[in-house]
Amino acid sequence: MGNAATNESVPGANENNWKAIANSKAFKDLIAIKKSFIVPAFAIFLLHYLALAVLAGYAPKLAATRVIGTVTIVYLFALSQFAVGWLIAALYLVAAARFDALTVDIIARACELPEAE
Amino acid sequence: MSVSLAVFLVFVAGTFGITYWAAKRSSGASAYFAAGRKIAAWQNGFAVAGDFMSAASFLGLIGLIALQGLDGIFYAVGGFVAFVTILLLMAEPLRNLGKYTIGDVLAYRLSPRLVRALATFSTLTIATFYMIAQMVGAGALVNLLLADSGITYNMGVVGVGALMMIYVVFGGMLATTWVQIVKAMLLSACGVMLTVLVLERFQFHLIDFFAAASQIAYHQKEHLVVRDFLQPGLHYHLPHGPVDLLSLSLMFVFGTAGMPHVLVKFYTVPDAKTARHSVVWAMFVIGGFCVLATVLGLAAAVIIGPDSILARGGTNMAGPRLAQAVGGDLVLAFVSAVAFATILAVVAGLMISASTSFAHDFWTNVIHHGRERTAGESVLVARAAALAIGGASVLIATRLGPGSNVLILATFGMVVAASANFPVLALSIYWRRFNTAGAVAGLTVGLLGSLALILAGPNFMGVDAAHASGGHHLIQAEPWFPYENVGIVSVPLGFLAAVIASLLTKEPAAEAKFDELMVRANTGLGAERAAAP
Repeated sequence: MGNAATNESVPGANENNWKAIANSKAFKDLIAIKKSFIVPAFAIFLLHYLALAVLAGYAPKLAATRVIGTVTIVYLFALSQFAVGWLIAALYLVAAARFDALTVDIIARACELPEAE
Repeated sequence: MSVSLAVFLVFVAGTFGITYWAAKRSSGASAYFAAGRKIAAWQNGFAVAGDFMSAASFLGLIGLIALQGLDGIFYAVGGFVAFVTILLLMAEPLRNLGKYTIGDVLAYRLSPRLVRALATFSTLTIATFYMIAQMVGAGALVNLLLADSGITYNMGVVGVGALMMIYVVFGGMLATTWVQIVKAMLLSACGVMLTVLVLERFQFHLIDFFAAASQIAYHQKEHLVVRDFLQPGLHYHLPHGPVDLLSLSLMFVFGTAGMPHVLVKFYTVPDAKTARHSVVWAMFVIGGFCVLATVLGLAAAVIIGPDSILARGGTNMAGPRLAQAVGGDLVLAFVSAVAFATILAVVAGLMISASTSFAHDFWTNVIHHGRERTAGESVLVARAAALAIGGASVLIATRLGPGSNVLILATFGMVVAASANFPVLALSIYWRRFNTAGAVAGLTVGLLGSLALILAGPNFMGVDAAHASGGHHLIQAEPWFPYENVGIVSVPLGFLAAVIASLLTKEPAAEAKFDELMVRANTGLGAERAAAP
């Protein structure tokens, strides 16, 4: 009811097949590989980002230490957030190319599945 | 000053041209709401960046850094890092699951009517906060630039409201996306140009520039003080500063990833891979812009000075006034016109997402059980809703006046997104046990909780001195909640409510559909493709 997006016809997809695909080894492998990249990447990003607020809020003396001329540690650490963000984005693009290859296989097999099992 | 008016009119005419072109090309719901799902990765990247570079980030951010130094720079960092969350957790599943709105994603597993109604309500709340911020920015710009031509703040606000409705009613998503793309490029170019002009003054010796930024003199409570703008603590100081900063960070990490007008952009691309690439494009455009904004904000403090900024134009006008100081009147007119076009584009995008949510989630799916009674009805309702919401925001913005920092206004919308929309969306995509009760509790508690905490916090409550200049607090009493940024309480509150309500109830149907959702979200099977050419 009220779920317009599910009305599209999907080759080889019905109630049973969604479950069959979800329980297939290929799909489980895909999820595991995705997790093994996304979870640590997000955790590292989050810790690195929250460290900025902790540094500025709880260690203001250290944060205000001048490194180059009058430029402080905390300003450089703030700029490092951009570098880490771009690095994660680049690494993710590489990792995701592999996800895409696995996904193509899963879709190809899904289309061969019988209408009902 | 007639040059400024002429430059303004040229830009407005340009956006009309794009809207006319788009109106001729688009027909039907998928075209109106999702640009036919044919937007390319780099185009969508610039459009998303355009959504981000609103009045809040261009005008508000530079002003905040110019007055608070490093404490304002946290906003530049936060605006950027939000897109890491979107890239890793949201963009691809949303593209594979969504049709037009957040409500569509939630409706996969959950009993749709109440969930859709609540999602509409939080979307409208967020969009209204954001929209008011844009309107205040537009009014302040017009006030600074065109006052000599006899155009006031209120006329600016009403003018933006009227223009915005033209784009939404005639253009739809395709027009909005293209206006955003062009504007994001112009604004990036402005950022680069201003940075070069600023650094030229220091013979491109960065060390000299930062040395100047480390000794900014200004008046604080009638005493002349000299502060190092590269040190933290100008705004976020003890006793509440450290917690407030963490709170701000939490809001950024999860807030943008729950903003309806940003998420809706991922439905305009053909597939998940394009959605992913478009986030990366956006991250480079936005990141570059934010790094430049830290320089421009500090430059405004160095070249104009906090005293002068507050005396003429206020916090939101630090950027345009910096343009005037380093480039003269023509650069001022150009930068202001780009900022004005920025506001028009963002407001139009907000209107589209808010009115889409109302028409598609509330009208079609809640009131009429998922059927369009006549073809094109939802588009008609969306346009009517846009008129109503636009009118309401114009009214509120004219009452607020030009003084309030537009970035702070915008963060109110963002914290609602972080506390209500994000927990429910994330749990719906990633947690099998999540169910309707959880979504209802999460949306309700997240929305009402963050609103109540904002109202009880120092932004609205406070005791003003008898002859205090500047803004007055709405409620004259000591604040009940000590922090300006409420995310540190409201985000966990939204998550907890959603998790606890889910655990207390059983909904086998919602759990059973998780397999289907996982397969769809990760493979794109069954997702709506690009419209046939």
